Order: sequence, then C-alpha cells, then structure tokens
Amino acid sequence: MIEKEVTVRNRAGIHARPAALIVQTASQYAAHIEFKKDHETINAKSIMGIITLGASYNSSITIAADGEDEEEAVESLVRLFENRFEED
Amino acid sequence: MEEQFTVLDLLDLDLKEHNDLGLTCVGGRQGLLRAITTPDLNRPGLALNGFFDNFGSDRLQIFGRGEHAFVDKLTREGVLDNIQELFSRDIPACIFTHGLAPPAEFQSIADEAGCPILQTELVTSEFVMRLIRALGNVFAARETIHATLVEVFGIGVLILGDSGVGKSETALELIERGHRLVADDAVEVRRVAGNILLGQGANPALGHHMEIRGLGIINITHLFGVGSIRDDKQIQLICQLEVWDSQKAYDRIGAEERTLEILGVATPYLEIPVKPGRNIPIIIETAAMNERLKKMGYYSAREFNQNIMRWLDSENARKAYLQKKGIT
Repeated sequence: MIEKEVTVRNRAGIHARPAALIVQTASQYAAHIEFKKDHETINAKSIMGIITLGASYNSSITIAADGEDEEEAVESLVRLFENRFEED
Repeated sequence: MEEQFTVLDLLDLDLKEHNDLGLTCVGGRQGLLRAITTPDLNRPGLALNGFFDNFGSDRLQIFGRGEHAFVDKLTREGVLDNIQELFSRDIPACIFTHGLAPPAEFQSIADEAGCPILQTELVTSEFVMRLIRALGNVFAARETIHATLVEVFGIGVLILGDSGVGKSETALELIERGHRLVADDAVEVRRVAGNILLGQGANPALGHHMEIRGLGIINITHLFGVGSIRDDKQIQLICQLEVWDSQKAYDRIGAEERTLEILGVATPYLEIPVKPGRNIPIIIETAAMNERLKKMGYYSAREFNQNIMRWLDSENARKAYLQKKGIT
C-alpha cells in the first residue's frame, strides 16, 4: 500500500474528460486504487465516483494504491496530474 | 480529516417541509464560522441564573419563551453578569424560538463576543425535535462506497462488485423494468436512528447520472422520468456481483441467513455469480421479492425444507405400518 498527495493543476478542475483519463489509466492496473479528498474516499476506477469528488483547481487529493503493481499505478496517475491532463 | 460543521452550514442545510428549521441569523454575524462539534443541545436556564457547573458550553443554546422572559427581566434590571459569563464560554450559537428577539443589551454582548444569534418561528418543542433530527444526520457515521443503489419493489438493494462486473448495466435494466435509481457508482451511506443504513448519491447536487460503457454518461431523470429516481433509500439488501468462479461453492439452498456489516449494521447479504446467460436484473428482482416475503415471515427455503421433512416423516410412518402388517 502506497500513498501520494497530488494537487489539481488544471484550471477547470476534474471534469468529465480528466475523470475519463484517470479511470482509463487506473483500469490498466490490477491494484486497488483509491482517491481521498477531505473525508471522502472513492474508487479510482469509477468515473462517476471521481466526478462526484468535485475536485476543483488547486484542491489536493491523496492517491492510495494497494496491489502488486501499486508503484507503477501511482506513478502514472501522478504523471497525469503533473501534465494537467493536457489542459491549461 | 473531518470537515468542520459550522453555524453557517446549519443555516445552509437544505431541509424541506416538516424538516425545515426556519433559521435566520439576527446577530453576531462575525461568528457564523464557529464550529458545532456535538449534536447535543442545552437550555441555558441554570447558566442564566449564575450556575455554571457542568455547563454544556460546546452545545447550541436554545432560548425558549421561559429563557427569553428571564433574559428580558435580567436586562431590565440591569443584571448582565451571567449573560456576559455565558458568552465568555465560547458557545457555538444562541437560538431563539417562537420568533422571539433578544433584548438590545443581550444582542450587543453577543456581538462583542462574536457569537451568532439565530431565530426561528417554530415553537421550542417542535424546533428541538427537528434540530435533533437534522444534527443526528449531520453527525451520523458515514462512508462512501463504490456501489450502485436501487429501489426494487420498495426494497433498497445495494449492488456491490468490482469495476466492470456490470453493476451499472444491471441497474439500468432494473430502471427499465420500472424500478428506481438512488445512486450509481458512489453511494454515501449514513447510519441514522441507531441501526438504519441510509444511502444517497455521494454528491446530490449532481443529480442522477450513470456511466454505461459504450454509451458514456447518461441522465436517468431525463431519459426515464422522475418516477425512475429517488433521493435516498434505506439499504435493506446487499447483492455482491462477482465473476462466476467454478471453484467456489455458491449458496444453493438459501436456508441460512448471511449478513454483511456496513458501519456496524448487519444487512442481509447475497453473493450472485455473474456469467453470460444469467439474467442478473431478474435475479435481483426475485431476491428483493423474497426479502419482502421474509419480512412477512415466510422463508421459501425453510418452508420447502419443512415440507420435505414432513413428507419423509409420513413416508417412514407408512413404511413402518406396511412392514408391521407384513405387506412390504
């Protein structure tokens, strides 16, 4: 189990398109991946879950992964956040 | 990291009709961000009389007609020590019922202390009941679960399962068959009134949407009408969908009751194996109806087994009788 905190860097926040990107990426790994924001925890392989987190610009999210490929999973998700989901 | 519940949040609670608190802020606005940390309430009669032992300073202070009349008397007589002492205790807020307004001296002490004064038109007993109910919900134990919640024949069915096992597709067919969607993908479960599990969408502001692979995000309210949705529902049955595992022994009789605990509340629990050709929505519909039968005291599997035992008994008796007569 590893955890890493990230910040939403794109202006629009996590709307449908970034959420789809996150789910696509997360689904490539077998590990169980969760996003935590404030007191809410949701499954990172669920689009509606991620959208309902309501993660706006500059909000911080903790990515937690548990499973064999946990490190690769967190690494590629963090990269998505760092690249601002290819938005501004 | 739990979010703080402030006095402003209390004013913002979206409660309707018989739950409405009817609160407005009439003073001490700078204190609206004070946190409410407990669902308990206090009537400050003793404190106003100068007795502060065991004073519940972390509670909302409710001023009914009696307290209001007493505050009125104190301010008319110019005795303000106890009121000042009261506000020095960092109470979260004062609430006046019956639409009563506090005297100006009381107001200015509250303003100085930065303690919000709220007012409601409701009578004290009704208001206190509603407030306890509302705060009970706010402070209820809660958990967000990756699942889908539907109401099937009046039974709240929580569908669990890994991503891609077909929770949303199952729910979609149930909706198509006239049942109702409560929440898809992210269900917020709260434990209220002791042992009731109440489920609702994790973000009610976003409405009832579903994600169906191949279709994308669809709006259930618009597609199927308002009759096909519900805001919240008690969870009465849990169905775990899982890919059929031929090594695993699934329940074939259903005579023993299995339960799953969520937030410490045990709820009837079924494991439903999924494979092509198995119509899961119909199985869930049947499970819901069976659950209703059980609530009425009729257990299909148990009743069936009793019939078999009765039949075996009578068969034994018949054999014994025939043997005795030497007719075998």
